Amino acid sequence: MSQDAFNFLFIGLSFAIYIGIAIRQRAGSTKEYYTAGGGVSPFANGMATAADWMSAATFISMAGLLATSGYDGSRLLMGWTGGFVLLTVLMVPFLRKFGKATVPDFIGDRYYSKAARLVAVVCAIFICLTYIMGQMRGVGVVFSALFDISISTGVWVGGGIVFFYAGLGGMKGITYTQVAQYCVMAFAYTIPAVFIAIALTGNVIPQLGFIGDYIANGESLPFLEKLDQINTELGFANYTSGSLETIDMFCITAALMCGTAGLPHVIVRFFTVKNVKAVRVSACWTLAFIAVIYLTAPTIGAFARVNFIEKLQDSPREEAPAWFGDFEKAGYMSWTDQNGDGKIQHFGPEREKRGDKNELTFKPDIMVMANPHMGALPKWVIALLMAGCIAAALSTAAGLLLVLSTAISHDLMKKIVKPDLSDQEEIKYARLASLGALLVAIYFGINPPATFIAKTVAFAFGLAASSFFPTLLMGIFSRRMNKEGAIAGMVAGIGFTLSYIIYFQFMGGTKDQYFLGISPEGIGFLGMLLNFLVSAIVAAFTPAPPPEVTELVDNVRYPGGPETAAQDH
Amino acid sequence: MKEKSKAAKGRYWKAQLRCVGVLLSVWFLVSFGCGILLRDWLDANFPSVGSAPFGFWMAQQGAIIVFVFLLIAYAIWMGRLEDKFEGEEDAV
Repeated sequence: MSQDAFNFLFIGLSFAIYIGIAIRQRAGSTKEYYTAGGGVSPFANGMATAADWMSAATFISMAGLLATSGYDGSRLLMGWTGGFVLLTVLMVPFLRKFGKATVPDFIGDRYYSKAARLVAVVCAIFICLTYIMGQMRGVGVVFSALFDISISTGVWVGGGIVFFYAGLGGMKGITYTQVAQYCVMAFAYTIPAVFIAIALTGNVIPQLGFIGDYIANGESLPFLEKLDQINTELGFANYTSGSLETIDMFCITAALMCGTAGLPHVIVRFFTVKNVKAVRVSACWTLAFIAVIYLTAPTIGAFARVNFIEKLQDSPREEAPAWFGDFEKAGYMSWTDQNGDGKIQHFGPEREKRGDKNELTFKPDIMVMANPHMGALPKWVIALLMAGCIAAALSTAAGLLLVLSTAISHDLMKKIVKPDLSDQEEIKYARLASLGALLVAIYFGINPPATFIAKTVAFAFGLAASSFFPTLLMGIFSRRMNKEGAIAGMVAGIGFTLSYIIYFQFMGGTKDQYFLGISPEGIGFLGMLLNFLVSAIVAAFTPAPPPEVTELVDNVRYPGGPETAAQDH
Repeated sequence: MKEKSKAAKGRYWKAQLRCVGVLLSVWFLVSFGCGILLRDWLDANFPSVGSAPFGFWMAQQGAIIVFVFLLIAYAIWMGRLEDKFEGEEDAV
């Protein structure tokens, strides 16, 4: 069977499953639409959350980034998983106990003001939209590579599928679809790693091969030593040392962690289980499922790095493997013969200083896709990987779309514009809103504002860290925090972070102007501290919140009260 | 459900804060501590994990494994606190 036939088979099969589930689990009421009726088992919810969490960016780019940056890439590994710990112990149980379905709901009630609710709605829409754009683009790229269609047609096809099951099925539909998608993703990610681990290290478990010995080509030495050797030889920084300043590394990791803890589409997932106890169990499952992928990512990155260099370095162009030509044609890799010897040479900054010219450039994103080709794995593994990529993009896009439609229909229409909305009308608005949001996402998926999207996604974490995170945290843990303090803190935090990013990103700020050596990626951490500080000072000089709000804060701290959150709206 | 006494609520909240405090200390130690701040010192002075230097391994694998155990500990710990709190109401 040809590669195309395998691809069609795997992807067609997975789609049939997703759509079948969506039709069976169609939502009937707003409660089912927003929170799947609150009766999903912790295990299933854990899997669905893990699928929601892992976007196409994580699935495709993370391993590639690890391959090219080694130790520095740990900031993503620790930042995203560590953020989940913060989210679970500091936020989710309390928000769940509070019992409303959305984050803007909490902020609006806790800070007793429509202005605060509106700010939160705008933040949620902004964060979700920037994410979903990247997802749609990812779907488009994979589809276009698969079926030989243009990227824009690919984006349209992907958008249609997402709308079909997120818009119609609501939370109930996507929860069970995401369970299926997690399974596809987990197998698609780990199976190639196992094959390559066996080839390079003789170990079936990639994580053990990673810290074991490299045994291919008759050599035998510790695998990581081999990697360091390769990197130093070619003039890159040591794989295990990294090149970021410690303070920058610290701040970026912290910004990612706190930003993660403020992601609305993940928080809302915990409203789908029965009670606070189930929330905690569900969170354990989620992180365990996420860990399966996150513990494999560094091994894929490291294996890909070794394979990539071993297969290409110093080999004549005509003898280079077939996949190199394919990726070159697709624009993911490029080679120019600088010294005219007809061989491929890849060099890092240290060697270039000594006059060697680098002839090979590639996009780190391609590492995961190229991995099975480099390891010469069977065709069905490649097909599985394709299905996994699409599952990753679709599951996150569907989750985001749902939060977007809720933010518009519930928080904006029902709570601010038109309070007398009926249940049926609200679902109608939610479906219309998801259609609208999807059209916007498709537009930007087809016409991405250049490199802007990738950057905004990274910065969205910083913005969430400096705005949502401290405001939610103080809303739960401080009884004294009032609306003046919260609003002043949010404005100060997000204003500071945004201007720092804009200055260095769009107004030509240079590296030596960095404040304390912190890059724009990590500035969200300082913005967050600023938010806390400003809130505390302003709150100290303004009147305390009204007694019913203090009561609300007291109430979320203790167990008991209504079991199923999310009452019918 | 009956209204809990103020003292019982106070004890419960303190116990909950202690739980979160302990877990987040471990959280900070394994990620920011081992993975970033103390990394070079750990690489030099701690036994390697397989062939990986200790600090590097913590940053790439160890921290994530500890995180999973932290959440399991949180679920068990908070479950017990809650049971104790529910039981207390009759004694008051």
